[in-house]
Amino acid sequence: MSDPLKPSSMDTSLKADNRKRRRARADSRFKWYGIIALGLAMAFLTFFFIDIIGKGLPAFQQAEILVHVEYSEAVKSNYNKAVPKKYRKLISRAWLRSIPMMLEGHPDMIGTSENLWVLADYRVDQFLKGHEGHRLKKKYQQLVAQLETDGKVHLAFNTGFFSSGDSKLPENAGILASAIGSVLVLLLTMLFAVPVGVMTAIYLEEFAPDNHFTRLIEVNINNLAAIPSILYGLLGLAIFINFMGVPRSSALAGGLTLALMTLPIIIIATRAALRAVPDSIREAAYGLGASSLQTVWHHVLPLAIPGILTGSIIGLAQAMGETAPLLIVGMMAYIPDAPHSILEATTVLPAQVYTWSAESIRAFEERTAAGIMVLLAVLLSLNAVAVKLRNRSQQTW
Amino acid sequence: MKKIIITAASLLMAATAAQAAEQIQIVGSSTVYPFSSYVAEELGATTKFKTPVVESTGSGGGMKLFCAGAGMDTPDFTNASRRMKAKEFKKCQENGVKEITEIVVGYDGIAIAQSKSAAPLNLTRKELMLAVAAEVPNKAGDGLVANPYHYWNEINAKLPHRKITIYGPPSSSGTRDAFEDMILKHITKHMSVYTSLYKADHKKNKKYKKFHEIRQDGVYVPSGENDNLIVQKLGKDAAALGIFGYSYLEENSDSIAAATVEGVAPAPETVQNGSYKLSRSLYFYIKKSHISKVPGMMEYARLFTSEQMIGDDGACAEIGLIPLPESMRDHYRSQLTKLTNLTADDFKKK
Repeated sequence: MSDPLKPSSMDTSLKADNRKRRRARADSRFKWYGIIALGLAMAFLTFFFIDIIGKGLPAFQQAEILVHVEYSEAVKSNYNKAVPKKYRKLISRAWLRSIPMMLEGHPDMIGTSENLWVLADYRVDQFLKGHEGHRLKKKYQQLVAQLETDGKVHLAFNTGFFSSGDSKLPENAGILASAIGSVLVLLLTMLFAVPVGVMTAIYLEEFAPDNHFTRLIEVNINNLAAIPSILYGLLGLAIFINFMGVPRSSALAGGLTLALMTLPIIIIATRAALRAVPDSIREAAYGLGASSLQTVWHHVLPLAIPGILTGSIIGLAQAMGETAPLLIVGMMAYIPDAPHSILEATTVLPAQVYTWSAESIRAFEERTAAGIMVLLAVLLSLNAVAVKLRNRSQQTW
Repeated sequence: MKKIIITAASLLMAATAAQAAEQIQIVGSSTVYPFSSYVAEELGATTKFKTPVVESTGSGGGMKLFCAGAGMDTPDFTNASRRMKAKEFKKCQENGVKEITEIVVGYDGIAIAQSKSAAPLNLTRKELMLAVAAEVPNKAGDGLVANPYHYWNEINAKLPHRKITIYGPPSSSGTRDAFEDMILKHITKHMSVYTSLYKADHKKNKKYKKFHEIRQDGVYVPSGENDNLIVQKLGKDAAALGIFGYSYLEENSDSIAAATVEGVAPAPETVQNGSYKLSRSLYFYIKKSHISKVPGMMEYARLFTSEQMIGDDGACAEIGLIPLPESMRDHYRSQLTKLTNLTADDFKKK
């Protein structure tokens, strides 16, 4: 990098030597500024990852207790009777309260009993993980310690985190509903934003005359890409919910709103990709008698596809992590069930992370971090796909 | 790519066609939200009804949505940490939301606590306001100055010469909202020193309409969501006060005691009879016209008012609700059975 200039044969005086050294020093200083900046960014990133992963990893394990469950007739009206009284406070109510419904579906089970590993209360879970503020009462602490030596309580992989929706009971809270919601919303965003965005870009780049009007549109699109995302939420509320009557909190409302937000990004990326296709391609097509439509559709667009895809994926990744506009259209709510249609109330991953972070029970802290980890993993893989696409079909002209 | 899009589109169409049955929609106060969503989850988990959607929009925001109309796209319930206002009731009537039933589920209270070793302390709401507000009236009482008080006896000579240190909730918390509402806003909105500024310039001095800015010079210490930490700090510093949700005081009664507010100590009885001032009732409102159309509404309301939820040992009490007296619980349960209508007269009584 520091390739010193060869001194001219005339210039061997002390002064010139000094100047050279100064220049070399400035050079290395500049290099160090860069390294420090990079180091700082890396330090922040590492700190963030260590913090999140350190907090979130325990959430992938969950305490379970081995109990003797009796399905007597009385359990149908009082689920607490299913387990020995001593253990009642150690077992998650989320599991206990589901017994009567289960028995209704399987009447043949009444009168039977079994030994079962069941979900433990969050206080037991936090106590076992050694977290402060577990709030497990003294007498239960002894009981849990005793159970642990007997091998009747353990930490197992937390499948519930991936197979259930939100819950007010921390041990029962999972990300399934919000993950499905995120997929639905993203699918809708893609469905609306990509075709509209790409068509707009094609028109502006290939067909529109260069006049004041199109330049005005251009400036506005670039401007829209930079405005705070919450404004799209307000726009979505006004147009889609209040005017068009799309149900509040629904995936459709969220998807449309995020599509609005993603549009400028897709348009800008597509235009850049189209512009990168050399004119010689177009001229060759015209020269062979192709129409404008044929030129764009058969030659220019296919060559621009990698760029368009990269831009779209990055736009969608941004939409995936967005919360502010969704708050306005009512998706930041307590919605534990996964949606069955795009008109049903839905929540999304980042909104789920937000609602958990606001919970007062401390056991939600690790769930929040675990939710962030899942979100980061999804975003990382989306970006990886974008990079992969770009590398695979990179063309040099 | 094309194929994927087409499949996705047709899947979505199919999903939309198979539209599910109506789902209960609840909006409103963030203070009631934890209880409301708890009940919603219980309903979803123990019955065949779909879990209601609970959105925390704030009491005012909830009323606005609730009173927007009687259509099926409007909420079925709204929660509130205050009573519906006459203005809001009128709006409801105008928009075709004619029949509304009002239910009180319990109370929300905050406690001013100190170390058990500290001498008993009695404060008024105004003294508390003067201790924590960012700006307070000057000596002449005709203008505002940055809060100069560092000892309680500077505020009122009758109070002890004790350093003011208050550990309280951070701005993200619901307890902080309650504290700002009941201590700051409640007092400052009646003090002309503040309101005259607002009247002079509505836009620039909007914050003085109900002044609720808390001082940031280290006297008021926002202490995170970890209440255990506040308890520890109070143990170390006998002069300090801490602000908690009421339920927490009860849990830690071995190490902390409550300061009395206007001579009254917080307890379920004083909250219930209204003599303890730092508390408020929590409500929800039912849109009656939706009951026949949205399955599960009555079941939700019945579950919410059941002993299992809002009784003395109910699940909501465990997460911080102060229960109503038993007679009141019975009263509201019968209101629910009869679905008593809220009328314009109800607002005149006051």
